[in-house]
Amino acid sequence: MAGDSLFGVHGAALQVRSQRMGVLASNIANSSTPGFKARDIDFQAALQSLEGGSATGIGAATKYRVPTQTSMDGNTVELNAEQTAFAENAVQYQTTLSFLNGRIGQITRALKGE
Amino acid sequence: MMSTPMTIFQVAGRAMSAQLVRMNTTASNLANAGNSAGSAEAAYKTMKPVFRTSFDQASGMATVDVERVVTAGEAPTKRYDPANPMADKDGNVFDAAVDESRELVDMMETARGYQNNVEVMQTAKSLIIDTLKLGR
Repeated sequence: MAGDSLFGVHGAALQVRSQRMGVLASNIANSSTPGFKARDIDFQAALQSLEGGSATGIGAATKYRVPTQTSMDGNTVELNAEQTAFAENAVQYQTTLSFLNGRIGQITRALKGE
Repeated sequence: MMSTPMTIFQVAGRAMSAQLVRMNTTASNLANAGNSAGSAEAAYKTMKPVFRTSFDQASGMATVDVERVVTAGEAPTKRYDPANPMADKDGNVFDAAVDESRELVDMMETARGYQNNVEVMQTAKSLIIDTLKLGR
């Protein structure tokens, strides 16, 4: 397909990053809900299954987080870890965006024949 | 409402309103700390919200709702004070059962949780705006 070769891996990467942002936001939202189990997306597994064209790609790559320290109310959200992961994911999302922007600029220049 | 997939703004926004309910109960508890009443039934009892995860199958995201607000904590303490106009026939008054230091700790945790959700919303907003500017 033309769309696949135009943006390479970055189209799928942006989709996984966006999904991961939602999952991490859910963890932060439930930081004080008793019994809530934090989840995260395994980026590499999600990207591989998306590239392989599997329909349940991202869902299967969403795993429960193993807490470093358990809490008495059964909540496994560790706010520091979630905040770090969220910030990291935001930076990676922006990186993917700049890759896409660079590709678009390249194609536009080629089309204009400057 | 559940027919459309949940957005990240709904996740953070509903979590913010849940934390706000919690902040309101803390404010009520602290405002009524030190109140006394003429009977154990009439005395103020600590209020606490019950948080519950609301999972959205379509988007795979989860937000939080306040299921209900319950009265929790200890029973009101009986104190002998016949000079008090509220005292019953035996000369006892009942002090509100509010643990003030626990309420203050709760208030700080609530504020932190709220701030985190505001931060999530701001980051998501700026990333979405950046995505809209793609190719410009």
